[in-house]
Amino acid sequence: MRKDLETYLAELKAKGLSPEAEARFLAELATAEDGHDPVAVHLDRQASFYRYCDAVLLQRMAGIDYGVTRLMKSLDELLERDKQREADGFPRKIRMGRLVKPGRGSKGKVVVVPTTYEEKLIHDPAVNPESDAPPSGGTGEGKEGEVIGEQPVRDEGDEPGSGAGQGGGESHELESSAYELGKTLTEKFQLPNLKEKGAKRSFTHYTYELTDKNRGFGQVLDKKSTLREIVETNIALGNLPDVADIDPTRFLIAPHDKIYRVFSQEKDYEPQAMVFFLRDYSGSMAGKVTELIVSQHVMIYSWLLYQYAGQVESRFILHDTEAKEVPDFYTYYNLRVAGGTQVASAYAMVNGIVEKEKLARDYNIYVFHGTDGDDWDSGGEKTLPELKRMLAYVSRMGITIAEHGQVASTEVSRYLKGSGLLQEKPKLLRLDIMQEDADEARIIEGIKTLIS
Amino acid sequence: MELINQHTKRIMEGCKERARAAGLSFTDESLEYIVTNRDLIELGPKVMIPTLYDFWVHDVEVLHEKGKYELYPHNPYETVINTRPPISFYNDNNPDWLNVMIFYHVLAHIDFFQNNLFFRHTWDYDFTGEALSDKRLIARLRTEKGHWVDYVIEFARSIDNLVDFHGELARIYTPPNASCSRRLDYYFDTFLQSEKKVPVSEYIKEVERYNDCLKNFGDMGEKTFFHDTEKRYPEFDSHFARWQENRREKSRDLLRYLLEHSPALQKDANSWMKPLLEIVRKTSIFFQPQIRTKIMNEGWASYWHETLFLMDDRIKGHEVDFARVHAGVTSMPRVGINPYAIGLRLFNYIEEQADKGRRSYQFQRLADATARKEFDAESGSGKAYIFRVREDYCDYMFLKDFLDQDFVDLHRLFVAGKRLDQQRMVWQYFVKSRRSVDYRDMMLNALYHPPVITPDTEKGLDGSLYLVHRFEGKQLIQEYIANTLMGIEFLWGGPVYLETSVAQKESGNRQPGSAEDTGQRDIRWQRVVYCMNEKVLSRKNL
Repeated sequence: MRKDLETYLAELKAKGLSPEAEARFLAELATAEDGHDPVAVHLDRQASFYRYCDAVLLQRMAGIDYGVTRLMKSLDELLERDKQREADGFPRKIRMGRLVKPGRGSKGKVVVVPTTYEEKLIHDPAVNPESDAPPSGGTGEGKEGEVIGEQPVRDEGDEPGSGAGQGGGESHELESSAYELGKTLTEKFQLPNLKEKGAKRSFTHYTYELTDKNRGFGQVLDKKSTLREIVETNIALGNLPDVADIDPTRFLIAPHDKIYRVFSQEKDYEPQAMVFFLRDYSGSMAGKVTELIVSQHVMIYSWLLYQYAGQVESRFILHDTEAKEVPDFYTYYNLRVAGGTQVASAYAMVNGIVEKEKLARDYNIYVFHGTDGDDWDSGGEKTLPELKRMLAYVSRMGITIAEHGQVASTEVSRYLKGSGLLQEKPKLLRLDIMQEDADEARIIEGIKTLIS
Repeated sequence: MELINQHTKRIMEGCKERARAAGLSFTDESLEYIVTNRDLIELGPKVMIPTLYDFWVHDVEVLHEKGKYELYPHNPYETVINTRPPISFYNDNNPDWLNVMIFYHVLAHIDFFQNNLFFRHTWDYDFTGEALSDKRLIARLRTEKGHWVDYVIEFARSIDNLVDFHGELARIYTPPNASCSRRLDYYFDTFLQSEKKVPVSEYIKEVERYNDCLKNFGDMGEKTFFHDTEKRYPEFDSHFARWQENRREKSRDLLRYLLEHSPALQKDANSWMKPLLEIVRKTSIFFQPQIRTKIMNEGWASYWHETLFLMDDRIKGHEVDFARVHAGVTSMPRVGINPYAIGLRLFNYIEEQADKGRRSYQFQRLADATARKEFDAESGSGKAYIFRVREDYCDYMFLKDFLDQDFVDLHRLFVAGKRLDQQRMVWQYFVKSRRSVDYRDMMLNALYHPPVITPDTEKGLDGSLYLVHRFEGKQLIQEYIANTLMGIEFLWGGPVYLETSVAQKESGNRQPGSAEDTGQRDIRWQRVVYCMNEKVLSRKNL
């Protein structure tokens, strides 16, 4: 792989490349062989000993995690309560948008659950003059000063080569203050340009129709079915000697034979959508920018799951110089950054998938792409044609560029703006550029720009 | 939830007989329930008390990565609760031998609940019964007052760690006529010592004078004594009056203080809030001893399930199964603290020491290592000794008294440090110290310890409440201050001040985490006052 990149870089150089850009590409190249392994799961060895308890240790009572479904049930009520809180003059307390352990291979495990803090006046063990991490106990061999084990640093610092977010397991949390996320996500956002294409069952909306049948009682008598029942009964009773000559006045009618139609809950049909998430996981994406992009995608993804449960399908594509589709959000979220950058590869892959699976006919297609704006294809010669092809079928394409502080204008933003596509198709193509130190409110603002 | 079947109950009764024979003591009745995961989800947030009042926070996943345990009375998933009768919870598919082990563990917990003196205030009533009536009261109030009930509960809960548990104990354990009058207390304890700073000789003279007065005048002794005192210190009475005024306000029990002195709660329209505060306070006090005896309680239970299981004739053939579970429960982690393991080993260690007569002055003044190693007075009083320890100690005393260098060496314990290797971006765990003093300090530091926050009436002017946090080397969690003070403001009905210390990191711009493990970090403690007025928080340096 490195070989390919080197030849590619040589080609670029031959075409003429600024020394600054070359240095950047070389830096990325250096990471090319690191690979995109998932980031190791963080183990909390410093957990308080008060967490040991009989039920877990002695009886191995499993699953005493909070039941997600149960929490979901009370969501509406809780939000209602939170609204009331604000009306009563107290700050809101429910936070949402937290991810519950996106398990490998099962997309649906990412859900929005309500969480909260119970604030109290308590000591903060993390702030002490001794060291950052409060000491713990230990047992076994080892002289004083001897190192007995190591653990990769996870969330501390923006070290190069780290994966996005905060790893798996317990610390795999992304939360935002409820009122912002909850409100904006559930009330303000709607997938734009949603058209009736290949309607699919909705799980959230119902209509009520007189479709179900019921014997004996109900709203409206179903004459045809009733008659059929009566005939059957009479045949069985031997009350209908000649089928050619039926005299309805002689029918014996049991109450049981009357078939009624009753009101029933019917699932409504709604247009379906396919969302592509594209993430640049090249070497230059190390640190904060990846965190931003992933945070934004997590929010979009959680919101989609929450709002359009079951109707929206998601696909995940990562790219450096080559694009790769990954099966679930977990992998998408956790793969490590390395390698060079070619945005076109990802776009080409989306186009390929859409064409091959003929998705454009049945689905509203949305593409969200997150990058730091770095592209070895600095003029967009490869990217723009792919993008144009894409714009022919997508309902919305949202590109997020998380800029590194020092870069004045990134390649991607330059060629996008240069192409005039943004002005040409403002309904289809949206671009949001944020700085790498953007906070959560800014990310949400960004989502609004992308999908409003 | 349903009761265990007759077969399992018979096993439990058999365990009780054997445990009693071994010296444990507990009430005859007990209730054992089978619980499903669903039950546990319900019970967990209610700290396993099935009848605890409903509160919306119970329906939400509570995040507590900060101050994990300080927020909660103790870990929510205990197997047995301290009620009358005690109630314990079981998986429905435990094999009999495992139930035998758990039953012994549970019985030892019950024995601990019912004999350790820190639990004294829980002995005379059934908590589940009271909780049920409280729950009904809260439900009734909800129908009358609506969601305001939940705000009051929430705000009360936000300060439910600021209850004076030890004061509560002191009240129980002070015999009614053991103390002398306040005036006398003040005169000898405060006035002479702190205000007049009299020399010892004069102090003793005063004590003698008092004793003489008692001897000569009997019931009139004290009166005569103070009559003479006033001649010498004419200002004494006014000092005493002022002291008495303030003394009451030095309460460490903020919930109680609010109940008694809050202008908002004294209003007739708000009187319905008082029972809510009482309920929250009572619940908190009920759980206090449990969290303060975690290591002892688990150690004691592990000690007895091991001892009694191995003696039990009914479980022949399951020794290996037992060993596997037992090891899982009580193994010492390479890094980390397991309260079961430490507690069990300490009880074993204490028993052995007492058996050899090493808990004696004679042994403690031995300096010679060999002589110490071989010392054995064959006193054989180990069992009696640990029974006394289970009665009189809490975790703090337990660790402070018994965790010595011999114990640390015996189990090769060490304080584990954690530092950052910046080059390789890994956390390194290393052996920081093998000295018992350091290990003990580390353990004591990890114990539950709510901050001491007392009202200061002299500074709280114009209907405001002025709280002083006694600084003990740790700042309060900053993010939590605003909402907590807002709650107190609501309950008080006026501006609330909180005087506390916060860390000011000295400049130098060191990255967090890069501090060397040995090097002290540059922290300057700054005394500040937070002010919560009309739901707006402000802060100024002192």
